[in-house]
Amino acid sequence: MTSKITDANKPKISVSAVPYFWSRDTYFDFYAKLAKTSVDIVYIGETVCSKRRSMKNEDWLEVASLLKDAGKEVVLSTLTLIEAESELKSLTKTCQQSDYLVEANDMSAVQVAHTSLNPFVAGTAINLYNTTSLTKLHQLGMKRWCMPVELGQQDLSPMMEAVKSLGIETEYQVFGRMPLAYSARCFTARHFDLPKDNCQFKCLEDEQGLLVKTQEGDSFAQINGIQTQSAKVNNLVAYWKELFEFGIDILRVVPVGAEDTIALVEYLGGVIHQQTKPEFSSIPFQNNYEYCNGYWFQIEGMKLVS
Amino acid sequence: MDLVCPAGNYQSLIKAVDNGADAVYIGLKNETNARHFAGLNFSEKQITKGIEYAHNKDCKVYCAINTYPREAQWSLWTNSVDQAMDLGIDTLIVADIGVMDYIRTRSDDYPIHLSVQASSTNLESLNFYHQHFGIKRAVLPRVLSLAQVSKLAKTAPVEIEVFGFGSLCIMAEGRCYLSSYMTGESPNTKGVCSPAAFVDWQDKGSVLESRLNGLLIDRFTEDEHAGYPTLCKGRFEVNDKLQHALEEPTSLNTMDILPELHKSGIAAIKIEGRQRSPAYVAQVTKAWRDAIDLVSKQNTSVPQSTINQLGNLAEGKQTTIGAYERSWQ
Repeated sequence: MTSKITDANKPKISVSAVPYFWSRDTYFDFYAKLAKTSVDIVYIGETVCSKRRSMKNEDWLEVASLLKDAGKEVVLSTLTLIEAESELKSLTKTCQQSDYLVEANDMSAVQVAHTSLNPFVAGTAINLYNTTSLTKLHQLGMKRWCMPVELGQQDLSPMMEAVKSLGIETEYQVFGRMPLAYSARCFTARHFDLPKDNCQFKCLEDEQGLLVKTQEGDSFAQINGIQTQSAKVNNLVAYWKELFEFGIDILRVVPVGAEDTIALVEYLGGVIHQQTKPEFSSIPFQNNYEYCNGYWFQIEGMKLVS
Repeated sequence: MDLVCPAGNYQSLIKAVDNGADAVYIGLKNETNARHFAGLNFSEKQITKGIEYAHNKDCKVYCAINTYPREAQWSLWTNSVDQAMDLGIDTLIVADIGVMDYIRTRSDDYPIHLSVQASSTNLESLNFYHQHFGIKRAVLPRVLSLAQVSKLAKTAPVEIEVFGFGSLCIMAEGRCYLSSYMTGESPNTKGVCSPAAFVDWQDKGSVLESRLNGLLIDRFTEDEHAGYPTLCKGRFEVNDKLQHALEEPTSLNTMDILPELHKSGIAAIKIEGRQRSPAYVAQVTKAWRDAIDLVSKQNTSVPQSTINQLGNLAEGKQTTIGAYERSWQ
């Protein structure tokens, strides 16, 4: 079952939807640069908060065609926590179109894609923990599975045979902060003592959300609107071959800062395609990151195995 | 409007039944349910006794098999389903679609209630579970406003159950992995959040520190109430500001809005707290039985004295109606 790396058989690189709230200019600049990297698959759209509207629907479609023209596979991601009817309406529109593949982050998206006879990607927020669940969603049109962040290699290993025989593509996060929770409450607004309905779009001020530390200074979480992320950046970049040989088809990068994400994708592309072996520490990051990767090794997610 | 009450053990079941629950919900002694705590839950013998006691008093017994089985442990979940169904449990409360699929291989019409852990918040999601697994009822996550809940109850293809009282989970249930990030064990995989085995209390003289797997969750002075270190309810620093960054130790109490919930056609009110004592279950069940009877039979609202009385049983002694009210969000 294990995949051997050859020139024709290599893992793909994907970049997930940007979890943070950026300005229209920042998004366009980011995707223009990303289009020039060796990324294979780009997920776009707003997955966290429907109030973030720096990008209109037409803007996202413009980004989509820009990426498509550059030879990238484009996937439209959908909102994770659906509360308002307007959100469901917008999600329905996305899942009914068939120009692009959609990433379902809620069962509502699965339902609409399925009834529209459209294939879909199950995002990490869909809880698929066993073969029976996986088989069921495959019957309903799932073609790719972004594995839940808290599952590690021993959890996934007994599922791989079924995954391969059903022909489901697999995707696992190798870089970026992990989405760990969603709430009705906006934690960014709460931090600034603002009501959610008048949040003044405070999350636009922090490119990568807000760090939450313990009273002793240890990192804990990253506040990003209604989403809570891991404070530490999940980093399995050094294990990319191991993941591919395990059966992971697509290595997922979750954006951090825009420039740093481009730098990481360029590094990862170089390592996979040109067989270059520069040190990870040579990546010209603008920010400092604290790393973790415990979930893959079946321990606490916040721990780092190096 | 049914009253669904928690029973972490046989004594609590008796108290819930005697004080007017329409249904009690229990779990097996393993990680198949979201309250997998030491000393809680039911053996086979206790289930049989419990069902007999409850059925004699016209009360139903639900069993929560509402965590997500990983492949290697799959048979523990299917065995648990077999056990519960064979013992005569009235309804299973389930989150995982694999487990639902398994139940449907045994029976086309056995009642399934969608657990809050499935995090189903909207019409299309409910359509999904209804169409593919024939669920009878869904328990909504504590993330919707009252207006959203009411609207959903009117259009949903299934009965709607909402949380009325108890510990407040601020994250969309089933979508929170903070506990496994910090401890390796989560509600989804192990039926636990901030598990007790990882908790450490350190008395530093004038302050008491609570830790979870080594990380400081909170510090309490002598005059402060030191609550359990549930990781989302600690005091943390954000931009050098020390605050309950996510939530304070507060409980949910929706008795205030019970008339509105009743009017919108909610099928059942759920009381959280399988980990609480039989005395607690007795008091809370009694208060909610009276409240529901007042609202549904006499069409009046619940007196403030009853609501306040319940406040004394709440975590941190404070209550909120939570996400039902926009201002909380």
